[in-house]
Amino acid sequence: MKLALKLAYRNLIGAGLRTWLNVIVLSFSFVYIIFGKGLLMGWDQQAKTDMKNWEIAGGQYWHDAYDPFDQFTLNDSHASIPDELKNEVEQGDAVPVLIAQGTIYPEGRMQSILIKGIDPKQDLFVLPASKLDTSVSAIPAIIGTNMAKSNRLNTGDYVTIRWRDSKGTFDAAEILITGIFKTNVPTVDVSQVWIPLEKLQAMLLLPGEATVITFRDPDKIRADIRRWELKSYKSLVSDIEEMIKTKSIGQYVFYTILMLLAMLAIFDTQVLSIFRRQKEIGTYIALGYTRGEVVGLFTVEGAMHAILAALVAAVYGMPIFIWQSKVGISFGVDYAGEYGITIADTMYPVYSASLVITTTFIVCMTTAVVSYLPSRKIAKMNPTEALRGKLQ
Amino acid sequence: MENNSIIRTEKLTKRFPMGKGEFFALKGIDLKLGVGEFAGLIGPSGSGKTTLLNIVGSLDTPSGGEAIVLDQSIGKLSAREAARLRKEKLGFIFQSYNLLAVHTVFENVEFPLLLLNYSDSERKKMVMDALAWVGLTDKIKQKPPQLSGGECQRVAIARAMVKKPSLVLADEPTANLDADNSHNILKTMVQLNKDLKTTFLFATHDEKVIAYLRRRIYLKDGLIDKDESLNNEISNK
Repeated sequence: MKLALKLAYRNLIGAGLRTWLNVIVLSFSFVYIIFGKGLLMGWDQQAKTDMKNWEIAGGQYWHDAYDPFDQFTLNDSHASIPDELKNEVEQGDAVPVLIAQGTIYPEGRMQSILIKGIDPKQDLFVLPASKLDTSVSAIPAIIGTNMAKSNRLNTGDYVTIRWRDSKGTFDAAEILITGIFKTNVPTVDVSQVWIPLEKLQAMLLLPGEATVITFRDPDKIRADIRRWELKSYKSLVSDIEEMIKTKSIGQYVFYTILMLLAMLAIFDTQVLSIFRRQKEIGTYIALGYTRGEVVGLFTVEGAMHAILAALVAAVYGMPIFIWQSKVGISFGVDYAGEYGITIADTMYPVYSASLVITTTFIVCMTTAVVSYLPSRKIAKMNPTEALRGKLQ
Repeated sequence: MENNSIIRTEKLTKRFPMGKGEFFALKGIDLKLGVGEFAGLIGPSGSGKTTLLNIVGSLDTPSGGEAIVLDQSIGKLSAREAARLRKEKLGFIFQSYNLLAVHTVFENVEFPLLLLNYSDSERKKMVMDALAWVGLTDKIKQKPPQLSGGECQRVAIARAMVKKPSLVLADEPTANLDADNSHNILKTMVQLNKDLKTTFLFATHDEKVIAYLRRRIYLKDGLIDKDESLNNEISNK
């Protein structure tokens, strides 16, 4: 094997431009695949971190009637904070949030919103709830940048909201925007108004009640609580994982096309090599190689394109990857606001060792198989005719 | 080796399919070649000399009869055993040199030693010795396309001789060379035959080569027509 590697290397380097063209094309595959996967991994990591920091922390209990995709459930999805969680809530390790449907009237227009009540003193989320801890004539409220933009609201603006309490009575009041926050998590921002929990409980006539209770510790073993459904961290991020998985499948199509192009070049080179180098093949056999060993040599030679490509890709790809992972990539689109996807304005790709090793292994193995297929023809060659360069 | 013979063939035949019939390239060759001989198979195209050389070189197998080379029956060797015989005991020189174009002169000559797993230092010494025999020590870094035909054939001789094989098979080694280069090449081979006691078997119809042979085996239509041994040693022609 060592000899085959040595000879394959000599033959490849000796072949000059043809080798380097193949190697460069294949190196593009390496870089693109690693870049694409790194970007998705970065998105995955960032999205999960943002969701954890802004919305789900270590996990949640949902009122068993609560369905975030069905606003009709909001009327009934509230209950008193269960005794099992009261201690954690008091210590600040769990944060109750009460959710109600409402309407906002910015500049005389009507917009459907979710009014969310949260404890201004909480420190579980990075949401700047402390800005709700103020004494003003109207109800203090914080909103996200997307909500502010779509409703043309700024800090210090007063705006009317309307809601229906638990008895079915409509009421309205002025809110004062005391803070605007920037987040990549659309479910915290888009059409959401955050006000103090106790105020919302009073508005809805639901003292001490909540819709969702988020806790800090994801590892604590938690018992079932009647009327509350436990949502683990893993289940809460499963949607984003599914979405990234779907994106990955789309990317695999591009990877496959790119790999096919590169492999076509390798296959073509191998076929051409075997066609043009019959005398050389005969010479190897005359000098003491078996036909099987010549097949092995040509296969290694083809597969070595991938090894050289990995090295070339490392030369120009590594600086690009390192730079990208530091400065990030900005797509210039507010995905969170416009598409409702948890995705940062600037994405920081994550290039792990396992990603690089796996990609290298897959590309090398694919190249080896593609190199082997045409090389099998050598096994059927007549060495005496090969020596004379006679086409077979 | 039995009776000091390096090659022994008995009723050796070789047939090739041709259309619906068969063509007999060898029709029953009985031949013995001793250690240290400088012999040639002489005959026109189609006489069977290259076929015989290929069988002796274990690159082809007999259709009938027997070919014993270095005590091994060629027809009974597996592909691996035949490869080992070529690797360890035989050297080949071809009409069109068959050098590895992308390898340097040094690497071409080194190749048989790589197959035999010699160490780096042993290889280096043996390659340089072989290149000294053919007078090419100053061209070690050049590649075949940068060499003349005569130089290429000298590299091929060095490659064939570097492992000091028992038998060298040369198929029309001067066919692509001019007269001066042919004589130089042949003198080199005569000298190596003398110094290293290596047996040489040529396949040729070139008069220049024939003049150097100490044994001339004439083939005609797949049979030995005449077998002449000359006692005089030919040198410095």
